[in-house]
Amino acid sequence: MRIIVCAKQVPDTSEVKIDPKTNRIIRDGVPSILNPDDANALEEALLLKDKDPETVVTVVSMGPPQAKDMLIECLAMGADECYLLSDRAVGGSDTWATSNAITALIEKIGPFDMIFAGRQAIDGDTAQVGPQIAEKMHLPQVTYVQKFEISEDKKTVTVQRQLEDGYEVIEVHTPCMLTCIKELNNPRYMTVSGIVKACKADAPIYVKSAKDVECDLTKVGLEASPTVVFRSFTPAPKAPGQIIQGEDERTQSKNLLAKLKEKHAI
Amino acid sequence: MNFQLSKEQEKVRELVRKFALAEVEPIAADIDKEHRFPKENVEKMAKLGMMGIPFPTEYGGAGSDHISYAITVEELSRVCASTGVIVSAHTSLCCWPIFNYGTDEQKAKYLPDLLSGRKLGAFGLTEPNAGTDASGQQTKAVDMGDHWLLNGAKVFITNGGYADTFVVFAMTDKSKGNHGITAFIVEKGFKGFSIGKTEDKLGIHASSTTELIFEDCIVPKENLLGEVGQGFKIAMSTLDGGRIGIASQALGIAQGALDVTVDYMKSRKQFGKSLNKFQALAFEVAEMKTRIEAARLLVYSAAFKKDMHMPYSVDAAMAKYYAAETAMYVTTKAVQLHGGYGYTTDYPVERMMRDAKITEIYEGTTEVQKMVISGAVFK
Repeated sequence: MRIIVCAKQVPDTSEVKIDPKTNRIIRDGVPSILNPDDANALEEALLLKDKDPETVVTVVSMGPPQAKDMLIECLAMGADECYLLSDRAVGGSDTWATSNAITALIEKIGPFDMIFAGRQAIDGDTAQVGPQIAEKMHLPQVTYVQKFEISEDKKTVTVQRQLEDGYEVIEVHTPCMLTCIKELNNPRYMTVSGIVKACKADAPIYVKSAKDVECDLTKVGLEASPTVVFRSFTPAPKAPGQIIQGEDERTQSKNLLAKLKEKHAI
Repeated sequence: MNFQLSKEQEKVRELVRKFALAEVEPIAADIDKEHRFPKENVEKMAKLGMMGIPFPTEYGGAGSDHISYAITVEELSRVCASTGVIVSAHTSLCCWPIFNYGTDEQKAKYLPDLLSGRKLGAFGLTEPNAGTDASGQQTKAVDMGDHWLLNGAKVFITNGGYADTFVVFAMTDKSKGNHGITAFIVEKGFKGFSIGKTEDKLGIHASSTTELIFEDCIVPKENLLGEVGQGFKIAMSTLDGGRIGIASQALGIAQGALDVTVDYMKSRKQFGKSLNKFQALAFEVAEMKTRIEAARLLVYSAAFKKDMHMPYSVDAAMAKYYAAETAMYVTTKAVQLHGGYGYTTDYPVERMMRDAKITEIYEGTTEVQKMVISGAVFK
């Protein structure tokens, strides 16, 4: 079985600076990490590999050459190989252009049984690239996966898709695209021996250019991106909600009214 | 000259820091209070390959180097000095002498379990009347023809209560002084070998420090480590490496104390401004920071020389002496800068100060390090 994991290197803070001219993130001086949801995606793939050592876990990413650093982490956690699409031609891509480029990369890699992606990256919070890749590759997709099971013949998977107030249980055939959330699992640590191997010069991290993956250059990069970012900002933190307790609806309403009065809302 | 860590060393720091913050720091205060050996975390560290860092993969080691090992002990000790010394004593004092002096059979038998952390190691040299003066050994080993018979007792043995494999020293020929000492590999469960009392200490409460008792203990012939009479040399060269481990522990304690002090000073307000705005106090931090960086260079330089197979004995002595003094200096200042709160268990600096003291004592006191250093200067 071959599993593709989509991973992105992101700045390790929500207080990143944004270039007011290009509306893009200034990466200099900000420590970079493996995007947290992508770590969950990788972990789920590695859990399948734990059960079946024949499984090949292939991580794909797009980004500057420094993104290799994040791929070292993926290898040190247990991934088999990593592909990094790194080329000025794909720089500045929005989600549409990015999914075009990554689709080309995945198609170049060859057949696979499943793609795991993180729900969204903490730098852009769009949650679009995974679903777009699925659409472009004509794959069934389930987003917000919080629980995962695979059938014995590995032809179907049953997942729980998180909703705001519950979850859906969905069965989907492979190959498919699943976007993962943190509730799915606890990503493992790197191991020291994994780090040693991943840092060797011949570690299986393959850097590819746009030409290597034969992507349509009119559909990637800043120029080709239809999205125009008007303004980027860090949203103000939202206070956690509160569920009003009470024996029955009447008491609950009473308690709610009391709270609202206490806050001088009514 | 290149002062930059390799990618591998950087990643090891990233791993150990993440592990230390998530798994070690949350229980550090509790295991100190409860005097509890953190068995669960030793198992977790074993799985991540932290129990055999500077040894080749052919014996089950991680295949990294002594700088990565120093970084590991440093990062663990930054949040919990007890956890740091568990790794240090196991790696430097038990795995290393077996790796360096063991026969192929001994290495094949003991290293895979030790380096993978399935088994824990310890080192038995110190006795009630033979600490710094190792030649005062009273534990005796007698050649019985088909086995060795050990009698005597060891004290202050780190990991004692939880170790499976011990490198133990005993006198085989009293008339030869230092040249009459021989090393053995002793397993938990050998007939006549038992663990004595557990010490109640000022600090590193979560580290198990015990006596080892040998009463007609039968040690198989094949468990002789090195040659008869080579024990003193084995012990001294092992302690040279151990000093890098303890220096790293001291460095970690100092860094941890500085980190919490900086956070505290930024948030604590007196006379209408935060503590870091008082120049006299900020200058204390400058002093702490500079000493820590100096200690770090000494520690990494000693580890580097060991990796390069260069002589490092004096470097390790200087690193251990200076890092230990720095740990004591920095933690004492850290308590002071925390004021009354620093003296309570609400903040970790009182624990760090108690833990720091041992680094000036074990694996060669500061005075012994100065003997080594001055001896080399006046050679």
